[in-house]
Amino acid sequence: MARKILFEHIDKPGIRGLEGYRAHGGYRSVEKALRTMAPEAVVEEVKKSGLRGRGGAGFPTGMKWSFLAKPEGVPRYLVVNADESEPGTFKDRYLMERIPHLLIEGMVTSSFALGANTAFIYIRGEYFHVARILEQAIGEARAAGWLGRNILGSGFDLDIHVQVGAGAYICGEETALLESLEGKRGNPRLKPPFPAVKGLYQCPTVVNNVETIAAVVPIVNDGGEEYAKVGVGRSTGTKLISAGGNIKRPGVYEIELGLPCDEFINSDEYCGGVDGRAFKAVVPGGSSVPIVPYELFLRTAKGEPRLMSYESLSDGGFVSGTMLGSGGFYAYNDAQCIVRSTWNHARFYHHESCGQCSPCREGTGWLDKVLERLELGEGRAEDIDLLWDIQRKIEGNTICPLGDAAAWPVASAIRHFRDEFEYHVTHREKVKDPRHFAREPFRRTARPQTV
Amino acid sequence: MSARTRPVTTTEGVRPFAFSATALAECRELIARYPEGRSKSALIPILHIAQAENDGWLSVNAMDAVAELLGLRRIEVYEVASFYSMFNLHPVGTYVLDVCRTTPCMLRGSDELIAHLEKKLGIHPGETTKDGMFTLKTVECLGSCGTGPMLQCGARYHEDLTVEKVDRLIDELRARNQRANYTDR
Ligand SMILES: Cc1cc2nc3c(=O)[nH]c(=O)nc-3n(C[C@H](O)[C@H](O)[C@H](O)COP(=O)(O)O)c2cc1C
Ligand code: SF4
Ligand code: FES
Repeated sequence: MARKILFEHIDKPGIRGLEGYRAHGGYRSVEKALRTMAPEAVVEEVKKSGLRGRGGAGFPTGMKWSFLAKPEGVPRYLVVNADESEPGTFKDRYLMERIPHLLIEGMVTSSFALGANTAFIYIRGEYFHVARILEQAIGEARAAGWLGRNILGSGFDLDIHVQVGAGAYICGEETALLESLEGKRGNPRLKPPFPAVKGLYQCPTVVNNVETIAAVVPIVNDGGEEYAKVGVGRSTGTKLISAGGNIKRPGVYEIELGLPCDEFINSDEYCGGVDGRAFKAVVPGGSSVPIVPYELFLRTAKGEPRLMSYESLSDGGFVSGTMLGSGGFYAYNDAQCIVRSTWNHARFYHHESCGQCSPCREGTGWLDKVLERLELGEGRAEDIDLLWDIQRKIEGNTICPLGDAAAWPVASAIRHFRDEFEYHVTHREKVKDPRHFAREPFRRTARPQTV
Repeated sequence: MSARTRPVTTTEGVRPFAFSATALAECRELIARYPEGRSKSALIPILHIAQAENDGWLSVNAMDAVAELLGLRRIEVYEVASFYSMFNLHPVGTYVLDVCRTTPCMLRGSDELIAHLEKKLGIHPGETTKDGMFTLKTVECLGSCGTGPMLQCGARYHEDLTVEKVDRLIDELRARNQRANYTDR
């Protein structure tokens, strides 16, 4: 059994309530930090741990915290990003549903480190049922003195509020999230200024993912150096991976970073192998990361075994690599159609574009339309190059990374599965049946293109 | 973008709107959370409450009441209500079935589930059955991808759906005949 850090006690009875959580060492990090540490020392431990943001971008958390501006007399905020809308990602929900106090504890310790006296959990509106669980946990924590005025007699005050969204993927982007929290449309802001300088209500703000904040608990308990011993290289610690698609054992798994991809996808401890005939492709980190053929998920272009880590998954860059992203993992069996999946991705980004920048607003619409006609058997040979051209014009030309996120799945699908796109032009009658590849799996004409 | 940019209607189902006393108390509690001068932050949570109080959708009257409560210009409320997919700007059925159609659910059969629901209910996504019981809505990833295909109805997630399970669900909901809201406890 691999080592569990966040989920060590997740199956213990009563862990969802404060009493059960305390019985397994809950809130020790708060005691340790507030009684024995200076706020700067907590930030120092997080730096030493090498913890990287678990929301998708992988930015070093300690560094982000040290950027927080501290002007006199201006409040600072911690905002937890529980928007979790990246397709394929359901790890934060699992954590919040089963062990909500882990997030609350992490927020108290982190707010102390940052000098924030008010913290928000921005949670997607569809998770109303999870918001209720969090509110209950907050109520218990407040009644027991882990929140409120003068916590543990330290002089530190903290209030936590749960804020629900109302259905918009873009509100996971941190500045759109802040806009939404201020009661506006979720239009991302231009950066700089970064939230660390001007965030919520124009005050210095740290935005972190649920899992990132939860990881602060073991880091403070055991020390940053201990945490950094787990993992591989600059990918320290553990990561929650939510696994879905055509695998035998979907679910949320805590893995040590550096776990071989082969073991993750095929062993019975994790995904348990393919549900169907054979694996075709993998999206390892949420819909925004490049899709790769199964073989390139197992091994890099150089033939080395690939590992579940930030560095190894991106080995080969956009040509043959992908990204760890949010840990929203899904695998495709050979009954699936890559063109149909790419169309579905494009439709998603088109639907979710906030509409502020023309390349994203118009470009995602074009991708959606052209992919639709290819999949429905009305495509033309030049459509494949047209798609390539459109995605190139979106990438790098927008206010927020949603534009890139819309471009990459299309680029990688064409790069690795161009022959499937061509098949859609040459077999227009066949692909009119939506289950075309389920009836007659697509056989590659050549090795996947890796250059 | 269609659902979001749909024009706010002024003709459908017009009737007066007023918050109930309990809802109003809840709204005031929400407003008190935010710093002085930042009560606009309560807009989205309050729109959820208003929608639940108005048969599951936001009429112009309901949005205007929210604007008045928060001291906002009406346009500030309309532009937010029309941005977010959980706010319905037209009347809906007793039950809104939010069926996830995003890629991970598609890999597990959401296309077939949606097709089945369309046939069974005799409506397309965005439409409501003639008896006013069900509105079918397709939505994007609801964070339930490992247990797809799935749908949300009110505050509840219905996961690992099959044709048989969804048929049973429809029968149960129809028999219960009681509105489901996102804010249900
Ligand atoms: C379009 C878009 C959607 C995002 N969605 C999420 C999300 O749902 N949850 C999340 O934690 N981060 C999301 N992010 C990343 C956030 O902008 C931000 O980087 C993150 O919350 C920072 O926290 P971390 O450093 O702890 O990961 C998204 C980014 C983009 C561009
Ligand atoms: S890239 Fe797209 S989602 Fe991001 S700000 Fe521009 S239009 Fe909005
Ligand atoms: S794709 Fe349907 S819940 Fe995630």
